[in-house]
Amino acid sequence: MVRNGKTGVRGAGVVLACALALAGCGGAKVGDTGSAQSGSTGDCGTFTIAINPWVGYEANAAVLAEVAEKELGCKVTKKDLKEEVAWQGFGTGEVDAVVENWGHDDLKKKYIEEQKTAVSAGSTGVEGQIGWYVPPWLAEKYPDITDWNNLNKYADLFKTSESGDKGQLLDGDPSFVTNDEALVKNLNLNFKVVYGGSETALIQAFKQAEEKKTPLIGYFYSPQWLLSQVKLVKVKLPPYAAGCDAVAEAIACDYPDYDLDKIVSKKFADANGPAFQLVKNFTWTNEDQNLVAKYIAEDKMSADAAAKKWVGDNADKVKAWLPGGAK
Amino acid sequence: MTAQEVEVDPVGAGQPDPVISVRDVWKVFGPKASEVPKSPELCALSRRELMDRTGCTAAVRDVGFDVAPGEVFVVMGLSGSGKSTLVRCLTRLVEPTSGQVLFEGEDILAADEKRLRDLRRNKFSMVFQHFGLLPHRRVLDNISYGLEIRGVGKAERAKRAMEVVDLVGLSGYEKSYPDQLSGGMQQRVGLARALAGDPDVLLFDEPFSALDPLIRRDMQNEVVRLHREVGKTMLFITHDLSEALKLGDRILIMRDGKVVQVGTGDELVGAPVDDYVRDFVRDVPRANVLTLKWIMRDPRPDDVLDGPELGPDVVVRDATRAVLAAAAPVKVVRDGELLGIVGDEEILAVVAGQEADA
Amino acid sequence: MAAVAVSGVDFRRPSRGVVVALILALWLALWAVLKGLHTLALGPAQLTPLHQGLNDLNDAIGASRNTNPLFLYFFNEIRLVIDEFVILVQSLIAQPAFGRPLPLIGWLGVVALAAFVSYAAGGFRVALLAAAGFTFLGLQGLWQESMDTLALTLSAVLIALLFGIPIGIWAGLSDRFAKIITPVLDFMQTMPTFVYLAPLTLFFLIGPASATIATLIYAAPPAIRLTAHGIRNVPGDTVEASESLGATRAQTLGKVLLPTAKRTIILGVNQTMMAALSMVTIAALIDAPGLGKTVIKALQTLDVGTAFNAGLAIVVLAIVLDRVTTAAGTRVERARQNRNPLAAKVRTGGLIGGGALTAVAIWLSYTYVWAAEFPSDGEIGGSIAKGVATATDWVQGNLSGITNGVKDFATLVLVDPLQSVLTGSPWWLVAAAVVAISVVLGGVRAAIGSAVCLGLLVATGLWQDAMATLASTLVATAAVMVLGVVVGVWMGRSSHADRFIRPVLDAAQTMPAFVYLVPFLALFAASRFTAIVAAVVFAAPVAIKIVADGVRAVSPTTVEAATASGSSAWQTITKVQLPMARQALVLATNQGLIYVLSMVVVGGLVGAGALGYDVVAGFSQGQLYGKGLAAGLAIVVLGVLLDRLTRAAAARTGRA
Ligand SMILES: Nc1ncnc2c1ncn2[C@@H]1O[C@H](COP(=O)(O)OP(=O)(O)OP(=O)(O)O)[C@@H](O)[C@H]1O
Ligand SMILES: [Mg+2]
Repeated sequence: MVRNGKTGVRGAGVVLACALALAGCGGAKVGDTGSAQSGSTGDCGTFTIAINPWVGYEANAAVLAEVAEKELGCKVTKKDLKEEVAWQGFGTGEVDAVVENWGHDDLKKKYIEEQKTAVSAGSTGVEGQIGWYVPPWLAEKYPDITDWNNLNKYADLFKTSESGDKGQLLDGDPSFVTNDEALVKNLNLNFKVVYGGSETALIQAFKQAEEKKTPLIGYFYSPQWLLSQVKLVKVKLPPYAAGCDAVAEAIACDYPDYDLDKIVSKKFADANGPAFQLVKNFTWTNEDQNLVAKYIAEDKMSADAAAKKWVGDNADKVKAWLPGGAK
Repeated sequence: MTAQEVEVDPVGAGQPDPVISVRDVWKVFGPKASEVPKSPELCALSRRELMDRTGCTAAVRDVGFDVAPGEVFVVMGLSGSGKSTLVRCLTRLVEPTSGQVLFEGEDILAADEKRLRDLRRNKFSMVFQHFGLLPHRRVLDNISYGLEIRGVGKAERAKRAMEVVDLVGLSGYEKSYPDQLSGGMQQRVGLARALAGDPDVLLFDEPFSALDPLIRRDMQNEVVRLHREVGKTMLFITHDLSEALKLGDRILIMRDGKVVQVGTGDELVGAPVDDYVRDFVRDVPRANVLTLKWIMRDPRPDDVLDGPELGPDVVVRDATRAVLAAAAPVKVVRDGELLGIVGDEEILAVVAGQEADA
Repeated sequence: MAAVAVSGVDFRRPSRGVVVALILALWLALWAVLKGLHTLALGPAQLTPLHQGLNDLNDAIGASRNTNPLFLYFFNEIRLVIDEFVILVQSLIAQPAFGRPLPLIGWLGVVALAAFVSYAAGGFRVALLAAAGFTFLGLQGLWQESMDTLALTLSAVLIALLFGIPIGIWAGLSDRFAKIITPVLDFMQTMPTFVYLAPLTLFFLIGPASATIATLIYAAPPAIRLTAHGIRNVPGDTVEASESLGATRAQTLGKVLLPTAKRTIILGVNQTMMAALSMVTIAALIDAPGLGKTVIKALQTLDVGTAFNAGLAIVVLAIVLDRVTTAAGTRVERARQNRNPLAAKVRTGGLIGGGALTAVAIWLSYTYVWAAEFPSDGEIGGSIAKGVATATDWVQGNLSGITNGVKDFATLVLVDPLQSVLTGSPWWLVAAAVVAISVVLGGVRAAIGSAVCLGLLVATGLWQDAMATLASTLVATAAVMVLGVVVGVWMGRSSHADRFIRPVLDAAQTMPAFVYLVPFLALFAASRFTAIVAAVVFAAPVAIKIVADGVRAVSPTTVEAATASGSSAWQTITKVQLPMARQALVLATNQGLIYVLSMVVVGGLVGAGALGYDVVAGFSQGQLYGKGLAAGLAIVVLGVLLDRLTRAAAARTGRA
């Protein structure tokens, strides 16, 4: 035993000597460089943005974060959260802003009106559309398919293992409210709503349908990065009129256009710091967002890099968002 | 083969105080077990009937006996007769339902947890059928386990353990793990563990049943030797009669939880109280067990009473040669008093009976 | 002997089988007549009062969180402690801390430490594996993400064990407590995480605490179960021996029960680690750092390659953790067999030398950038991602024709008929049939249990969704068992096959489902069949392993005897090995079922609809929360129903 110990210690000594020799030719030490980045200027403080899980959202958030960090000297934290969880975060003080909100009247009612923990910070300038879409090849081959009146004629095309003897209407991004069951019923369409269950399922289905030229009709929305790759064609439903969607079971009209907006925590708004000013002032267009989304989704840039590139190219737009007093 | 009067009461007036005395012990498993011993009606039922009536198993029923200091007391019975339960009741590994267990006059059932632990640490030790060794400890650490939990220091533990290792013949295996040993060796470890604490009483629950016959014989001899050397009181459970006869000063036979008979080996063989016991002892080599007092007869008028004299406790086998060699029947004499005589016929009846059975 | 036993069972089974068949026939006949009546259908946007009530409850809790003392003093304290702990672990290996731009221990230190711990716990081979595995993580370009995941997993596992092992010990010692805790554990394992993810962030805020607790809820049960199992299985003799020597309870526990049960407990630790890793992607939805985020982000753009690369890192972590804990579990035995004194000497030397080396490596990685930051920029990761992307593209492009055919066929022949009977029958007819079958299979007690479960299902308001999910679950479980038996027997009979298949199974089990959803969607479109395939991929490995172990455990003498009497391989399998591995088959069915059910939610993401979709939608839309919770409960109830039924049936036929 004792002998072992000695061998061990001796071995360790040798090892140690070698290691020290190695370290002698060392290299840069941790903390020598860098660490200058946190020289926060301004009075911005911290700014927490929720990141909801879709690319368009990420584009908004990345650009805002880039500007807040570089121009206002904020310390930006991004938190990856689903919508509801993000809104909950307003109340607990863990989230300052949600920077692309699709309607969500339920959440607005709960957090803005009832709990009074959130307030709206105005439009993002981006216009959202929800509706029924078909892949381009289908619209080309059957031009009249893009009118709901003709859908029953083509119902057979859309039959799948899931829809039985009816046509399949692929639905079901779980984050969005859908009126499709009511629409199918009230428009007397020979279709069955099938719930894909995730955005991924919808995107993959449309992509595949265009690639393999298979028929597909489903729920989709714009802006969405896929639309820059596959130019889905929207199907005309009976036009939306104010109040036509008042009774859920009786809906027989198209979805309204959404003015995508920003929601911030009440505390954040009341403090009225530069970051809030920035969020409030932030607006851009569908094209702007699509461009950044394309950088991320197709060019596989990181969100930060994509934002940096866009901000670099659009200094004038960015300037308009900055709070009055900032440089 | 007719039974002579047999003393059933084991401990006579003149004998020393018993180490253990067990009185009216019951152990009933099942719901409302404590009701059973109290109700004379339920007590009267057979085990089977009790099971059907109440769903309870009466493992031990109204058992009582005394064990004298230094004695090897054997409890025997078929599988399921309640032996293990009984021996566990003594140290309350199984809590008796009712009754009394006295150790040197102290009521064990009244002992609190601490006292009970003391008793278990210092007075009793047990050897188990399936050894119950700790697989993750070496032999030496298994043996010193009892000392360890008493708080004995490491060095002293090792010293004591080494002594016992020698005593049970395990030298050279101290560093092995139990699963590297044969069954016999493992049980030696069990034995050593029990001896390490230097208890007053050793309890054995079928310690050799799991061993093959040759090793079993070795181990039995071992116990005999140990008993000679350390002279401890032992309570030994077995279902093997030859083992019981070999080791036991006295033997208690159990059936369905009840005591059937208590006595020395020759008493059981010579005067079984019922068919159950008779069945049990049928295959015993009677000549090896019976003593002359069991086969002697009263002298008849025509007997010539000038043969050699022998004591009544001489085993038949040892007397055979003398009886057959003598011209006249052998006189069985105690303290000069003639108890009876044994002739060729009586001897041959035993020896021949045994051959016929074999 | 075996033949007698088997024919004995055969003789009895048909009578019970015939009764069940009769019940089924009657059910079918009535279904034909009553189709569509009383089916308790509920539209996707419709809510029952129960759902509404659950919504309100959720809102009320949320609204009271700033005033309720329970929040202020209880949950907040728990959160603080857990947060601090996780952040500490993170700052050691994953996140910049203490004013440094990098964590305290850089990659070199972590690799060395991992190797050293593996060496100490297992041996040289696992140490090598650990070092290689961890280095590979860095080469994938995922060093920081992996360390975040590792930090979170280890923290969750540590906390799980802190509570799990004592609870397990208690459950092992007390039958009564075991009875109470078992349903709780079932609940923890079958309740879909999605259901409690959002409420958790209400209780514990967004951050490490919530992620840890979400992981913990799912991961702790195996440790508890296996600890209890280990304690329970310590031979009675051994415990008695200790008691007979006057050991106190604490002494018996510490010196006898725990050391003897150690191997089983380590197995529990192992299972807990695996379970914790499988929560990584889901926890990412509430901002849990690490590889899960990478996977989720990649999926937003259908970037299968990147998702796979991150998934692979999870698999690598899982395999390293698994092999190290397994090796730790068997080391004691191996050390014993190896009585060579030289080996002990080498080991002591190795420990001291390794310790010194590790200390140096840690110091280097603390001090120098090259040892702190993983140097290469994920070249391997890039090629993996590219390769996988190309491969999936090819598969999607060339195979989807065939696979769609398979899907259509399976759906038409298996899923559709089953589902239309289950969802089309009046609810009371289904309930009556299930209760009747329970009586036949498990007796009155089982029937009462089934009746209660069915009542609860009706009460959730999601009867029809539950029936649809049940149909898919049954088909998936059947497929799992077919695979389990075929592959399991193969592995059980050939250790060669075992060696090759096992790592594949490990990978299938730990690769996050999210990674293969995209290719599956491409191959089978959004459909129930896709969900079934995903469930089978996840559940089959468990069933296969259990069957393989069961078959291997059949006594070689019995197999020898069968061979000696001239049985063909087929006869040996069907007449000896499978009947004798019955217990394993039952267990495999049971576990297969539980695992399939735990994939119901993932199924909801790929087109299975029904309960899975309800849960997902409940997580995503506030006003559907109550419904999602009810759906989660319905999944638990389905699990309990099926579990108890199979157990009861197995116990019955076992006795017959
Ligand atoms: N814990 C228990 N619960 C219920 N019944 C028990 C329990 N322990 C023993 N019994 C029953 O008590 C009876 C006596 O058992 P015990 O183990 O004492 O018999 P034994 O004579 O030692 O038999 P063996 O020779 O097989 O060891 C048996 O019928 C047994 O079933
Ligand atoms: Mg016994």
